[in-house]
Amino acid sequence: MGNFLFNLFAVFTVVAAAGVVVNKNAVNAAMCLLLSLVGVAGLFIVLDAYLLAFLLLLVYAGAIVALFLFIVMLLDTKSDARPQLTRIPLVARILAFALVAVGVASFGRLESPDPAAVPALGASLKLYAYQLFTTYLLPVQILGFLLLIAMVGVIVLSKKFEGLEDIR
Amino acid sequence: MIAPTLNACLLISVLLFAIGLLGVLIRRNTLVVFMCLELMLVASTLALVAFSRFNGTMDGNVFVFFILTVAAAEVAVGLAIIVALFRKRETIQIDQLNSLKN
Repeated sequence: MGNFLFNLFAVFTVVAAAGVVVNKNAVNAAMCLLLSLVGVAGLFIVLDAYLLAFLLLLVYAGAIVALFLFIVMLLDTKSDARPQLTRIPLVARILAFALVAVGVASFGRLESPDPAAVPALGASLKLYAYQLFTTYLLPVQILGFLLLIAMVGVIVLSKKFEGLEDIR
Repeated sequence: MIAPTLNACLLISVLLFAIGLLGVLIRRNTLVVFMCLELMLVASTLALVAFSRFNGTMDGNVFVFFILTVAAAEVAVGLAIIVALFRKRETIQIDQLNSLKN
């Protein structure tokens, strides 16, 4: 069951991600990004990280993609020319192909830990709260400041300062 | 749910990262380049969650938690920069934004 779902979500995610790259229209690319994120959330569920799957859908699919769509429609740019793959140098092609070949060849050979023998810590909500409020308390505070700084920065970047040219 | 092998998770993560990197390199629209950057970020979170699950540790999961927050802040600032750029230059095509080149 888990394996079937994993394969399903994996193919879905990768195909949608490829759609982001090849789509000429930015709106379609954003939609493909949304689909890809849903697939990643599914993979998180297969990996027993339920809270993270929920947060990924909430933050990425809910907020970030919506923001992208707003900006795409606000700027209203012409659709791209189709990306040209012919300009990629031969060395880069050979290197990339070799790396992919090594990755695929190593696929079945490496030993993988047995997931049934390991406790799925990501499944419990309590552990997140415990970790965030004990070991990672300082990073949480810093993240709060980061969000504040980002908010102020966005306001400064998007506001027009008329009569205050020295700020620019 | 019983998870598949760690190798499979990492392969998907690497594929996602590679697709994102390809998009960053070949696309000309700044917005789409930014979307591909997000894709790369998500690929790294997938690897972190997989390592966390297979090693029975919590740190990777908490780190993904932080990455999600930072990504939200990063997207807000990045899109604000793109909008400011568009106001100034009337374009967001990467090959036309070359005033620092010479």
